[in-house]
Amino acid sequence: MIRTRGLTKRFGRIVAVDSVDLDVAEGDRFGFLGPNGSGKTTLVRMLLGLVHATAGEIEVLGKSMPRNAAKVLPQVGAMVEGPGAYPHLSGRRNLAMFDAAGPGGGRRGRADRVESALAQVGLSGVDRRPVSAYSLGMRQRLGLAAALLRAPRLLILDEPTNGLDPKGIREIRDLLVALNEAGTTVFLSSHLLAEVEQLCTRVAVVDRGRMVLQDSLAALLAPTGHVLVRSPDAAQVVALLDGQVVARDGDRLVVRHADVAGLNADLVGRGLRVSGIEAERRTLEQVVLDSTGASGDRIDGPTGGEDR
Amino acid sequence: MIGVELRKLALRPRVWLSIGLLCLLPALVAVLLSVSDLAPPPGQGGAFLSAVLRNGALYPAAALAMVLPVFLPLAVAVFAGDAIAGEAATGTLRYLLVRPVARPRVLVAKLVALAVFTVLAVLVVAVTSLVVGLVLFGTGAEAVGQASAATSLSGIDLSPGELAVRMAAAIGYIVVSMVGFGSIALFFSTLSDSAIGAALAALAVLIASSIMETLQAAAAIKPYLPTNYWLSWIDFFRDPVFWDNIDKGLLLQAGYIVLFFGAAWANFASKDITS
Repeated sequence: MIRTRGLTKRFGRIVAVDSVDLDVAEGDRFGFLGPNGSGKTTLVRMLLGLVHATAGEIEVLGKSMPRNAAKVLPQVGAMVEGPGAYPHLSGRRNLAMFDAAGPGGGRRGRADRVESALAQVGLSGVDRRPVSAYSLGMRQRLGLAAALLRAPRLLILDEPTNGLDPKGIREIRDLLVALNEAGTTVFLSSHLLAEVEQLCTRVAVVDRGRMVLQDSLAALLAPTGHVLVRSPDAAQVVALLDGQVVARDGDRLVVRHADVAGLNADLVGRGLRVSGIEAERRTLEQVVLDSTGASGDRIDGPTGGEDR
Repeated sequence: MIGVELRKLALRPRVWLSIGLLCLLPALVAVLLSVSDLAPPPGQGGAFLSAVLRNGALYPAAALAMVLPVFLPLAVAVFAGDAIAGEAATGTLRYLLVRPVARPRVLVAKLVALAVFTVLAVLVVAVTSLVVGLVLFGTGAEAVGQASAATSLSGIDLSPGELAVRMAAAIGYIVVSMVGFGSIALFFSTLSDSAIGAALAALAVLIASSIMETLQAAAAIKPYLPTNYWLSWIDFFRDPVFWDNIDKGLLLQAGYIVLFFGAAWANFASKDITS
């Protein structure tokens, strides 16, 4: 669905996106993670033909972009860096405007398209208030409704749950999963790890414009081959499993072992009490922190200078 | 896309407010004139003002002469400056482009909306001032004793039909002048994400041009200044119509439209949309 090769964007001397090879397959729920300022939004804008690449190739829905924007974009729904709406018009009127502006926006069926998009995002009861009176969450929903107007094959969403309360986030997640199961590929760019971890099946991580990781979530969060053991008899466990214990903190042990159930049976069989045991898995947070540098909006002074 | 732009124009309170304010100044002046009965002597004051006391049908011309130097271009600059920059500021520009609407279509629709806005503004000013003029000053029949004769600037009487034709021609000329000026604002609007900035830049051009016009040393470039022939529509009310400056003015404005709309096109088509 999305394929980039060597995609690069320079703004003057700043390299915003540096030689990124992205692969999103049909049916994916793809999470595009990265700290603030890592080039996520610039890449999304390049996918949509808003920003022109300095170098590299982009294919969306199997066609090169931005050359085929007129054929590709009608099948893509997008939300980039927050929703956009005419503040003095109502939400319905806004959707009708966007519907009329694009191809396939005939007067016939427009009201139905608008109503069904509003219903999908939970705004079907919205009144004639202008958008300027909407809450942040309502605007976010309206932006999502605009992206859903043409029942797209590919959804490209940048921080879609920004400004929503926990219940709203849950609703949107359920909606995206349902759309995905009905055949829509979802590309979600976010700096919220929990959001990506709960929704996505594949993940890419960018840092300072470079892609540092691209894999399925299941593979990234696979067991590490270590087992976390809690035991009141920790000292005896260490003596028994000599060499296999990687770390110890009071009654907590990290043991190099492939088989959790086997290790448990072994310890209990020798009369050692076990109060907790599970396979160690990395969290997505660890994966991302391990593969990225300092926070994107942190600016340290020159290092190695004298104290003042 | 053009339909969408026109709907946006019609649904925008600001549009109607600015047109309303444009009508207010001539109406105010008309009331003051009729109350005080003190018209400026012929040859002084605003164009046509000395003649309107005798015939209210000429008041639209006087009204247009009042709003043309500053207020009409101000409204046009605000409208055209908002065209692209305003969409960028509300975040709607990127959603129009990914809908997708091709960039040239956005720009053409904006230019059409600008022309429609100008026609609308000038027409509303003309119609309201005609009504105001007829109500406050009458048709001139009382004074002259013959039905509805207006006097041209050359002193020859014009029939109502002739007056209407000349008024329509003058309105057309003013619209072309304003679209020429609006193209400059439209170009600035593609450069910036600030609608106010684009409008102010266009007004700076207007003021600079007006200053140069009065400057002897700038005589060489005077024929090319955007504001130079703006008031030449008055020549429609001479007898015979004095075409020389009108033709030059139309040609000049066409040049400005081609030049600045072309520049806007070139800039916008290749621009990175980061708003």
